[in-house]
Amino acid sequence: MKRFARLLTELDETMRTNEKVDAMAAYFSTADPADAAWAVYFLSGGRPKRLIPVRRLAAWAMEEAGIPEWLFEDCYEAIGDLAETMSLLLPDAESTSDLPLHWWIEERVLPLAKQSEGAQRAVIVESWRELAGAERFIWNKLITGGFRVGVSQQLVVRALAKASGIDEGAIAHRLSGHWEPRPEAFAALLAAETGDADVSKPYPFYLAYAIEDELDDLGDPAEWQAEWKWDGIRAQVIRRNGQTFVWSRGEELVTDRFPEIASAAAFLPDGTVLDGEIMPWKNGAPLPFAQLQRRIGRKVLGAKILNEVPVVLIVYDLLELDGRDARGEPLSWRRERLDEVIAGARSTVLVPSPLIALSAWSGARDAHARAREMSAEGLMLKRRDGVYGVGRRKGGWWKWKVQPYTVDAVMIYAQAGHGRRASLHTDYTFAVWDDGKLVPFAKAYSGLTDAEIRELDGWIRRNTVEKFGPVRHVKPEHVFELGFEGIQASPRHKSGVAVRFPRILRWRTDKRAEDADTIATLRALMSQPS
Amino acid sequence: MDSKPQGLGAGVKGIGKLCGAPWARRLIWGCRKAFSSNRAEGATYRPENLRPDSVTTLLRLGDRGLYCEVGDFHIDPWQPVERAVITHAHGDHARWGSGTYLCSREGQGVLRTRLGTDASIQSVDWAEPVDINGVRVSLHPAGHILGSAQIRVEHRGEVWVASGDYKTDPDPTCTPFELVRCHTFITESTFGLPIYRWCPEWQVFDDIRAWWTANRHAGRASVLFGYALGKAQRLLAGLAGADIGPIYTHGAVERLNRDYRAAGVRLADTRYASDLPKGYDFSGSMIVAPPSAAGSTWLRRFGNVSTGFASGWMRIRGARRRRALDRGFVLSDHVDWPSLLAAVEGTGAQRVWVTHGTREPLVRWLTERGLEAMALRAQWKGEEDADPVEVAGEEIPA
Ligand SMILES: [Zn+2]
Repeated sequence: MKRFARLLTELDETMRTNEKVDAMAAYFSTADPADAAWAVYFLSGGRPKRLIPVRRLAAWAMEEAGIPEWLFEDCYEAIGDLAETMSLLLPDAESTSDLPLHWWIEERVLPLAKQSEGAQRAVIVESWRELAGAERFIWNKLITGGFRVGVSQQLVVRALAKASGIDEGAIAHRLSGHWEPRPEAFAALLAAETGDADVSKPYPFYLAYAIEDELDDLGDPAEWQAEWKWDGIRAQVIRRNGQTFVWSRGEELVTDRFPEIASAAAFLPDGTVLDGEIMPWKNGAPLPFAQLQRRIGRKVLGAKILNEVPVVLIVYDLLELDGRDARGEPLSWRRERLDEVIAGARSTVLVPSPLIALSAWSGARDAHARAREMSAEGLMLKRRDGVYGVGRRKGGWWKWKVQPYTVDAVMIYAQAGHGRRASLHTDYTFAVWDDGKLVPFAKAYSGLTDAEIRELDGWIRRNTVEKFGPVRHVKPEHVFELGFEGIQASPRHKSGVAVRFPRILRWRTDKRAEDADTIATLRALMSQPS
Repeated sequence: MDSKPQGLGAGVKGIGKLCGAPWARRLIWGCRKAFSSNRAEGATYRPENLRPDSVTTLLRLGDRGLYCEVGDFHIDPWQPVERAVITHAHGDHARWGSGTYLCSREGQGVLRTRLGTDASIQSVDWAEPVDINGVRVSLHPAGHILGSAQIRVEHRGEVWVASGDYKTDPDPTCTPFELVRCHTFITESTFGLPIYRWCPEWQVFDDIRAWWTANRHAGRASVLFGYALGKAQRLLAGLAGADIGPIYTHGAVERLNRDYRAAGVRLADTRYASDLPKGYDFSGSMIVAPPSAAGSTWLRRFGNVSTGFASGWMRIRGARRRRALDRGFVLSDHVDWPSLLAAVEGTGAQRVWVTHGTREPLVRWLTERGLEAMALRAQWKGEEDADPVEVAGEEIPA
């Protein structure tokens, strides 16, 4: 536990990405695999289930600290974090032990689920007395289920790659999907040969950057493949060992949500993985995204909704063919095989992404101008000789969205509204990533439904990290697609850019904070041809 | 008021000779009795006049600060007054423009630096009583910064103590806090919540030294922020034996170092950073600067740096993260919650006025324990704003 606490302290104490990676790599190469497995789990965003109601925990902490409830609440107001408040209020530790992280989790935290309240209390109080400083804080985070460390999954992958010498892509693949924090799994993560047994495992998605240069600077248009950028749910469809798995980009298994895709995929040859976009599609044309959201919101998919909002998979890419990883092959090769595989499946639900003929860049500009008519978000430009990369990599794929400008941003501050909505938090501040940090760049007030506002309000109250006057600093967790009319450089803003008329287009519940856009995306928008 | 016979200066000379102040020592330190024993000392309680702006209390809160009607003087006024008694030289407590100032002998140098050569400053030894229009005033160490004092005010057997800013933890740069028995205690509460509990100073210095060592190995300079008056010198005193090579300072810090050294306080050797030529390689060195230098162009000369801030606020994780600092070191020149409660109890005061910081929780806590506690709207700010980059009215070059 001490070693893990030191790692978290190191991560907390530096803003530099490289230092974060170095600290994690050093930990992974020296830690007991049983501990390292849990460390990977927590660092990549896994969180233990909340096992004890926080009110009960707080009451025990008050009693231990000899503090009345009103004073505890004053302290909580000053800090905004329950785990930290308890850590600072509790008396100093009586003795310290150095039992390993996995012992604390497996012997102390996990058994809580089956214990009586009295036994739970005894375990919690004893742990408080045995843990000091940072370790006590981590313990409190473990039992309150609010564990967040502010490193992206990509950094964890980089650190694991650095510690093991294994390629980042392989690590990311082994880590995607359901990953069990067991010592064997950690060993397998860093193992040299790939005997990857998990048939459901998706590949990490390759993500595009917003185009930065003039089209002409991309060189010969013949070297590029142009497609529409569809506005649906990015997904991977896996057919292996006679089974089908559909993963969303949020790395959620959504096979059951899209039965038409699952049944179409049954006609794919074994050992096939497709990358595409799930789109609501009827009578040969896309439906608005809101229709798809209606469907996602349903717990049970009845015949009615399946009829009203059918979906297709617009297939972009082929990642695995005959059980072999095809990501290293050039796009032109993958696309040819993709057409063959889909033709063989004879399904109307699997649709190869239509290609836009590109003899000159003017053709791309014309297509871009027509994108809205096509109900597309814009264009994708992909290098024909390019491989399928891991995560967001520059150069191979560019996205060129149509106006209005849109970005995916993380909500970081919230403030109560005025008038009718004075009791609800309706004014939000949004941020994008800048080298591992979130920089605020826009405030937006409108665009959500009343039900969404109420839901968000409750979440904001429960997840306030800090309060400055009326402004609540909330956990960076929720991603929203923001639209705006214009963007320009602004030295007055922390982000260096100012956006015009920002508004919320939709709540991207399918994305996690680390999936939000970066400041580079915003900067690129400034130079975007329009 | 003009019928009162003497100015402040005359009072100092007159009474100072009369008594070597042993009487004052009777009351201070070592008498940690329960609250109940307090009334035996002949307090004149007027519970009907408890409002802080009431004319009938010995001290009250006026427009310009804490005022003693009988003695016609102010304590740490925030606007110019005729006679000001000053607890310490931090900017929110010692302001320009008053007729005469009275401070502790130990604090004279730093107060002069703050107020400039024109100010009329008189100083007294610890516990040496001064008669101001029939009110007995004496100064007692507050342990906050060099020369920081608690002001004891006595009239007709009633004793008030205005503590200014104070801490009870040891600090090699100033005389330790002395507990002064009184009927009414005016306390700060900069860190008036039980989440604020300080570690021993040596632990903090161990951490600072380890941080500097790691930075040196990484080829980085360590920039340690601390308020220019008090905290910076406490850091330099703590680093005196740490063997970490030359320490470079910001101008605001260096100016006050001179006052500390002149007062006999041992600080680590320092060099004024701006004395070094352009392009000088600072990697691996330690730099002590006021927090106002964070993010300034002045910092650029040091190249690759790691930043740390020594302050009680660093106890809270969010407070450090909000300032985008690499490290926070929990080192405060104010009392933490347990020491604050111990000080209040130790004074034996039955009435407690809480002047600045997180006042309400402390007031409620004391009230629930049977004290007459109330919050005072004083314009002092505690650690938050005590950053005298400007000294003696002129901006000091970095
Ligand atoms: Zn002060």
